[in-house]
Amino acid sequence: MIPAELTARCAAATTLAMQGGARPITRAIRSLVLVTAGAAALGGCISVEAPERPIVIELNINIRQEVIYRLAADAGNTIEENADIF
Amino acid sequence: MGTGMKTTLTRKLSLAAAAFALAGGAILATPAQAQRDPAYEAARAAGKVGERMDGYLGIVGAATPDLQRMVNDINIKRRAVYAQRAQAANATVEEYALTAGCIAIAKTVPGEKYQAPDGSWQTRTSAPPQRDSRCPA
Repeated sequence: MIPAELTARCAAATTLAMQGGARPITRAIRSLVLVTAGAAALGGCISVEAPERPIVIELNINIRQEVIYRLAADAGNTIEENADIF
Repeated sequence: MGTGMKTTLTRKLSLAAAAFALAGGAILATPAQAQRDPAYEAARAAGKVGERMDGYLGIVGAATPDLQRMVNDINIKRRAVYAQRAQAANATVEEYALTAGCIAIAKTVPGEKYQAPDGSWQTRTSAPPQRDSRCPA
């Protein structure tokens, strides 16, 4: 005869906290995170100063050599076909 | 009557043949390429204008209103061509223009001006021009 048993583990009727035991570790971590975030918001100011000279981004630098190589033959033809403006 | 129809047909055929020949001739006779305007050619040879790194024409010395107008006119036309071809090649106008600049500088002849990677104007000699390191060989 097969002995009767539960298919899943049953939760205890009273938790450790109810019994006056230690607090679950997840709650302790959560409160610690909240305290840390609060401290950062109050005390940790980050100041950013504007640079003296305007920021100039050279767009040409972003053009990659492989793109130029891919376009080279086409651009060569374009120059040949528009000889009046080149 | 049969002969008459045949004659008409023959005439039509020969007309069509003539039309084809004319069309073919027209295609073959299309001028190879439009050449540079004499004023532009003279300005290039005199070193008054030069090829910029970015694919456009630049004024090397002092700008006169006439020279400025001519350079603007050419650059507007170049930009239109770059934009059209860049779109077809799935590239940006700047990418295409820079590539064309590489080639245009390579094609300068001794005596003409071009812009070196440091931004200075150089006179082309028989030696290869100073070009951007990304330029194709």
